[in-house]
Amino acid sequence: MYNFDFVKPSSIKEAVEALGTEEAQALGGGQTLIPTMKQRLAMPAKLVSLSGIAEMKGVGKNAAGELVVGGATPHATVEREAGDYPALAELARHIGDPAVRNRGTIGGSLANNDPSACYPAAVLGSGATVVTSNREIAADDFFEGMFTNALEDGEIITEVRFPIPQAANYQKFEQPASRFALVGVFVAKLKDGVRVAVTGASEEGVFRWGEAEKALSSDFSPSAVEGLSVSADGMIADLHGSAAYRAHLVGVLTKRAVAAAG
Amino acid sequence: MPKDHGIGASSKRREDERFLTGVGNYTDDINLRGQAYVHFLRSDVAHGKINKVDTSAAEAMPGVVRIFTGADFDGVGGLPCGWQVTDKHGQPMQEPAHPVLAQGKVRHVGDPIAAVVAETAAKARDAAEAIEYDIDELPAVIDMKKAVQPDAPKVHDDLESNLCYDWGFVEENKPAVDEAFEKAAHVTTLELVNNRLIANPMEPRVAVGDYARATDESTLYTTSQNPHVIRLLMGAFVLGIPEHKLRVVAPDVGGGFGTKIFHYAEEAFCTFAARALARPVKWTASRSEAFMSDAHGRDHVTKIELALDADNNFTALRTDTYANMGAYLSTFAPSVPTWLHGTLMAGNYKTPLIYVNVKAVFTNTVPVDAYRGAGRPEATFQLERVIDKAAIELGVDPIELRRKNFITEFPYETPVAVAYDTGDYHATMDKLEEIADLSGFEARRKESAARGRLRGLGVNTYIEACGIAPSNLVGQLGARAGLYESATVRVNATGSISVMTGSHSHGQGHETAFPQVVADMLGIDESMIDIVHGDTARVPMGMGTYGSRSLAVGGSAMVRATEKVINKAKKIAAHLMEASEADIELKDGQFTVAGTDKSVAWGDVTLAAYVPHNYPLEDIEPGLEETAFYDPSNFTYPSGAYACEVEVDPETGKVTIERFAAADDFGNIINPMIVDGQVHGGIGQGIGQALLEGCAYDENGQLITGSYMDYAMPRADDVPFYQVDHSCQTPCTHNPLGVKGCGEAGAIGSPPAVVNAVVNALRSGGHDLTHIDMPLSPSRVWQAMNA
Repeated sequence: MYNFDFVKPSSIKEAVEALGTEEAQALGGGQTLIPTMKQRLAMPAKLVSLSGIAEMKGVGKNAAGELVVGGATPHATVEREAGDYPALAELARHIGDPAVRNRGTIGGSLANNDPSACYPAAVLGSGATVVTSNREIAADDFFEGMFTNALEDGEIITEVRFPIPQAANYQKFEQPASRFALVGVFVAKLKDGVRVAVTGASEEGVFRWGEAEKALSSDFSPSAVEGLSVSADGMIADLHGSAAYRAHLVGVLTKRAVAAAG
Repeated sequence: MPKDHGIGASSKRREDERFLTGVGNYTDDINLRGQAYVHFLRSDVAHGKINKVDTSAAEAMPGVVRIFTGADFDGVGGLPCGWQVTDKHGQPMQEPAHPVLAQGKVRHVGDPIAAVVAETAAKARDAAEAIEYDIDELPAVIDMKKAVQPDAPKVHDDLESNLCYDWGFVEENKPAVDEAFEKAAHVTTLELVNNRLIANPMEPRVAVGDYARATDESTLYTTSQNPHVIRLLMGAFVLGIPEHKLRVVAPDVGGGFGTKIFHYAEEAFCTFAARALARPVKWTASRSEAFMSDAHGRDHVTKIELALDADNNFTALRTDTYANMGAYLSTFAPSVPTWLHGTLMAGNYKTPLIYVNVKAVFTNTVPVDAYRGAGRPEATFQLERVIDKAAIELGVDPIELRRKNFITEFPYETPVAVAYDTGDYHATMDKLEEIADLSGFEARRKESAARGRLRGLGVNTYIEACGIAPSNLVGQLGARAGLYESATVRVNATGSISVMTGSHSHGQGHETAFPQVVADMLGIDESMIDIVHGDTARVPMGMGTYGSRSLAVGGSAMVRATEKVINKAKKIAAHLMEASEADIELKDGQFTVAGTDKSVAWGDVTLAAYVPHNYPLEDIEPGLEETAFYDPSNFTYPSGAYACEVEVDPETGKVTIERFAAADDFGNIINPMIVDGQVHGGIGQGIGQALLEGCAYDENGQLITGSYMDYAMPRADDVPFYQVDHSCQTPCTHNPLGVKGCGEAGAIGSPPAVVNAVVNALRSGGHDLTHIDMPLSPSRVWQAMNA
């Protein structure tokens, strides 16, 4: 790890100011950034910790009935406090290990947008809104591919607003070594239709499976997706699975998610 | 009634208190006054010609003490190989130089190019990044079969080829074996890979070199399973330091699994640099460095053929194996695919004719050497897999096919040069059928099917050669060392005892089990006995811990030394009680005179030995300390039968282990709880190999599995609760404890059980396949189902 300056502001305003300086980098729970820095693959001049900002922490509900998760909320808090959205709490319960869950945050996960992370599937699958220090971004506009998203330099994810679906479930098939999602499928039945979001599989990062959404919107049952398949084109292929295997798992996990969502 | 002390008691592991409370003393806990830190600049290409290594800018960096390159080691020896294999034409193996720091070429990713010594580890790393070097990348050879092609790039330009040796065993038997195949009623052929593994002990390697100018003495603190062997290899072959000026200390060692047997460049470097700089030099491996510099294990590609007659008797066995040596010969690498592998190919079966061919190959990968089981898991896996495949082809029950061919009479001379002293393979199979509840399998299979899962059962046996090894025999086979063990039993004046042993625990529980042996012999409390190990200055000599040898060889040396102590103590007791030595008996820590009520306590005798006021000084010396060296007359042959039940998710290919049972024959048992733990750990590692672990290089020699993000280690939820039994005991006939060793059994016996079970499960689901290569990851199993 190279030397860096460290600041821990207590408000979003201070954090935005601190991030305005050259080579400053926001630090969420540090579960990706710190290991990357330890390997000397990242060398920010200044780290701006978001973990001291009270207004960015916690889980609640807003007037619109949405579940609101502060951007600096650790996964373990979501696991405990997102009881109004059980599929989200359950997803949080299976991210990483206890150390990761108690440090890693939802904002950090979304800002990083690892193609195998779990939260992007929930955010896209729920049609959530990503609220930042200066705007609101619909999930459909937020994710722009592997490790890229709509965030501008210095923009902070302050909260995420999840509409609470009538039924939802996340199925993660773990990569054997890292236990990230080899493929993860989040299915949500919302009042205006079904959304299916897939993580882990595509070289473009998290994506919606439109064909399955259409079928499930008219018939929310596992049999509705029987026989549907996604193309293996553009799927990730590596030591842990071919593109065809990942494409196959998308179908299997979607069916299982629908069955589990009930 | 289980015993509560001495041999046979499950005494709690006394060392665990310090390990579990964080007060262990590991090598990285050692920090010496004025120590500097070294960081190794390692090659990021698999094969390259070094044109230039310019350290001038780096030398000027803050805190740099000195930077070393290969040129600094021109007058220094290379890392030696401890075993010379002779090929099938009677020629010695090709043995390349292995410099401490790369000279002229780099030969694998991780090969050290330069070493920066600085005031802190961070400064050393900073300076390493400032070293300017120019390396022409050369084509890498990774695939063994491509590496032996005539036009393949050579890993070592001064060798004839990448073939280290082409070994035939037993070469004279080959015509008879070939003839038996021609006459066979049935031949089963199987091609398989024994996957390359990275040992991953919890504690990475660490070395601290120290030098005392006043006495010209060097000390190396290191993470080693055998500090005396390191002293011998490094002192005699690398640095030219005589034993009396070189001390090697291995304090608590956090796991080794074989990979801490070997002498490594970093150890030699720290010792060398400490002398050059006259200050201590410390290196602590990062986990990433461990992946690319610890010797790897396994990595065989094998074709095995089994010939059977019309009655399903095994008539001959023939194998053809390519064994990866990596870029250099690690300390015992040549012995693993030969003498630790070919000699085990008979397994538990009376196959009369066997021929084993092994081609050892250099590639641009990390050196490969012994890993838990070392050669024996490779032998067991192929043999037990080909038998299962034969059972499928012949339509017979795999257990019955095995039973039909079991060796039943002992001693048994195999056609591959070893003699099994004892065993009862039907007994362990009977025990397995009972503890694994094999009769209930079909009902469990139906229950799995109701949940949409394919259930499979895999059963196999194993045998291993442990208690390594008779020195005169291994000397004939190419070992450049003896493989005895030493023990000194030092009885103190008050009766407490320090036992110095050349065996060295890296987690096995020696500090608990060894005192049980000595306490049992003397009839005193275990707590009066401490084990001293891991320090060449405190222990006379030792060959270390590997090959399940510590109890069978090290424990036997302890028995011999304790017998000498008892003999002398009886003389003292006889004097104290004015009786004849022949009448003295020792029981429960009391010396008595047969037929009388006279007695003296253990402590009275030991006190007399050191305060010899009333003592037979004209006959014996004061003091009570005895040393023994024990050299075994044969290997020991633990054996067993294992059963694994798996479920396969047919939609995803994911395998879960539902049940695992192990019936082992380890001969006599000193501490059943420790044996259970050893078997549990071994099976866990075997399941890791079978389902999860697999080191992968790309075609350019980049290590794809360079971290835990891609190298899958078994975790607690990957393994089931085990049914473990070691009540079948046919004691070893040639060591005084009748013990066989248990450290590697689990890792040897379990991989074929898992693969047999998965194949069985898939076949029950209508998939006509007979083999899948390890690790049986979900994607591989799915691929096999959908091929």
